Amino acid sequence: MESTSELPVSLIPNHGSWLRYLSFSLDHKVVGIQYLVTGFLFYLVGGALAGMIRTELATPISDYLSREVYNEVLTMHGTIMIFLWIVPVVNGAFGNYLIPFYVGARDMAFPRLNAVAFWMIPPAGLLLIASFFIGGASQSGWTAYPPLSLRTPALGQLIWIFSVLLLGGSSILGGINFIVTILKLRRPGLKMMQLPMYCWAMLGTSILVVLSTPVLAGTLVMLAFDIVAHTGFFNPAIGGNAVVYQHLFWFYSHPAVYIMVLPAFGLVSEILPVHARKPLFGYTTMVYSILAIVFLGLIVWAHHMFTSGTPPWMRLFFTIATSFIAVPTGIKFFNWLATLWGGKIALNSSMLFACAFIVNFVLGGITGVALAQVPFDIHVHDTYFVVAHFHYIVYGGTVFIIFSSIYHWYPKITGRMLNEPLGIIHFVFTFVGFNLCFGPQHWLGMNGMPRRVSEYDPQFTLMNQISSVGALLMALSTLPFLINVFHSAWHGRVAGDNPWRALTPEWLTSSPPPVENWKGQAPHVEHPYGYGLVETNP
Amino acid sequence: MTSLSSASSSTTASTAPATTSATDSTPELHPSSDHHLSGDHEEHHGDFRMFGLVLFLVGDGMTFAGLFAAYLTFRAVNPLPSGGVYDLELLLPTINTALLVISSFTFHRAASQLRQGEGFGCRLWLLITAALGAAFLASQMLEYFKLPFGLTSNLFASTFYVLTGFHGLHVTLGVMMILIVWWQARAGGSINSESHFGLEAAELYWHFVDGIWVVLFGIIYLL
Repeated sequence: MESTSELPVSLIPNHGSWLRYLSFSLDHKVVGIQYLVTGFLFYLVGGALAGMIRTELATPISDYLSREVYNEVLTMHGTIMIFLWIVPVVNGAFGNYLIPFYVGARDMAFPRLNAVAFWMIPPAGLLLIASFFIGGASQSGWTAYPPLSLRTPALGQLIWIFSVLLLGGSSILGGINFIVTILKLRRPGLKMMQLPMYCWAMLGTSILVVLSTPVLAGTLVMLAFDIVAHTGFFNPAIGGNAVVYQHLFWFYSHPAVYIMVLPAFGLVSEILPVHARKPLFGYTTMVYSILAIVFLGLIVWAHHMFTSGTPPWMRLFFTIATSFIAVPTGIKFFNWLATLWGGKIALNSSMLFACAFIVNFVLGGITGVALAQVPFDIHVHDTYFVVAHFHYIVYGGTVFIIFSSIYHWYPKITGRMLNEPLGIIHFVFTFVGFNLCFGPQHWLGMNGMPRRVSEYDPQFTLMNQISSVGALLMALSTLPFLINVFHSAWHGRVAGDNPWRALTPEWLTSSPPPVENWKGQAPHVEHPYGYGLVETNP
Repeated sequence: MTSLSSASSSTTASTAPATTSATDSTPELHPSSDHHLSGDHEEHHGDFRMFGLVLFLVGDGMTFAGLFAAYLTFRAVNPLPSGGVYDLELLLPTINTALLVISSFTFHRAASQLRQGEGFGCRLWLLITAALGAAFLASQMLEYFKLPFGLTSNLFASTFYVLTGFHGLHVTLGVMMILIVWWQARAGGSINSESHFGLEAAELYWHFVDGIWVVLFGIIYLL
């Protein structure tokens, strides 16, 4: 890595060596890559668990895994994918790498806090995985609903709680850092409405993190009391109230959906204008849509609980509020389509994933609006329809954008381009595999196949086998990606500073960027999306 | 600009990583981090640690809000078995409330003494504040021993102990912070009339803990 800052290179821990990625580094770019690589390793673990689930479900009987192990596997799959892959990568990895560039800073506001937040993740993840081997992992699903979570083996459940508390703490510390960085660390003269859209997305996300994650922490502590000290907060058998757990859990976990997709909205808003050579359409409406989603996201949690004995007025309120979210989300989608409209679109790997994101997320969004309607929700509650819906959101939406972002920013991070043909193979396998895997699950759910059960009625066999084939394709799609990432790191075409001729600030420095980001003053970017408006090839 | 020395270590328990120990144990980090924090940006933008602490306290407040919401819902929805009562002895908790409210004023007094350069007065008022906090904890403990119910007696009892216990944990951390700040405010220590972020952070945290107690007192004892 080239360093031209005033700082003596020898003073940076393990500077230039890969060992700096294993150190308590304060460089936001190193921390971002630490998040990205750690998250991807956990994605491989979570993916292997998903493979076990789909293998089991290839036949109607419980033959590959015992029922208890199946429950452990599905619980760990959900927890790892949410808390160790999507949330850390889409927030921590890209947030840490990009936000200081976007605000024109040399690092995050609290570099040490940043490193602490990252280093809470590996122990939490290893602890969680270790619970498989010490008495069995948690079996109660990623929601850990009591009284089920009070009856499953206590040790695995407690390890799960402790691990999620650590990850939540990491998330809160990260969120505080992002808010302060975006609001306070902007270079003089840079106005909020000149910030790249990802900053707004991360600001909204971080507000959600700071407001909602602590509620989950308090709830899980109460759950731990129920398990360890035999209090009865959530145990109806001794006078407790299990529905209160659901309210508190979803007060975090519905915003968690936006914690997972809002940053993806921001990232796609960075990627589309670059590869379509057009300004981002409707910047101001994008900003207000994000803020509206943040506000609405905090007051819709009980739509997860329409079958939990919620009274009619509550159902009415939460149905209406949830349906409203379609409005700001729809505004964003039409803005993206308008950005693409008439653009000079380069259909490279990054753009393919970004466009597929739009398709997948519209499908997931439409089923989301459907699920907000009480009569329909009661019919498909806890069926595979819900599984299909949220995988279209978090995989078809966020994970597609993570891959899109990797293709987009890999040249900046490493200084070399990824291989395009391999990228397109990766895309085709992922897109076909994903839709083959989760598309049929809509049908399965509508016809009454319950989720989280390792056995099913033989009439569902064909659709389940199609789904399993899709999962196999998704697993295979990882191979060209891994080959590409490793091969290109040494043999890829040299990228140069700005291979996409992009206008956002991270491209206005060398690839990879020097320590402290710029050789001199940070550039002042007034029009981060000014394609066609200003000189695009400086 | 406030110096980034051990001043921030008093907030270690709440927000910031241990600045002092990190720099001491790994000296090679020091120059790079100092450059980050005291370079151009710091001069342009000032000190954001207090803003970070405020955000942390917002989050911490949400933890309490969740617990309060759970408590109120339990009360509204779940009838207690016969023998479980809501009426609590009010004398000790009222004294406790007075102790904490007074301690907020004494802490404020300590801070203004420091700004006037009265190091001795500052340390004296800090000690008084810490003593009031410790008295609160002792009194809370006394109340626990006198109460006719235990942690698992019924839903109200469990919520009562978890809420007051979680708050007591905050008070305990607060007293420890005050003592750390007291030590740092000694002659030649890292907190003085020019550099006093640690003291201000501890003060804000202490006011927060007091405010939470007032809400808790209203909801649990008076309601």
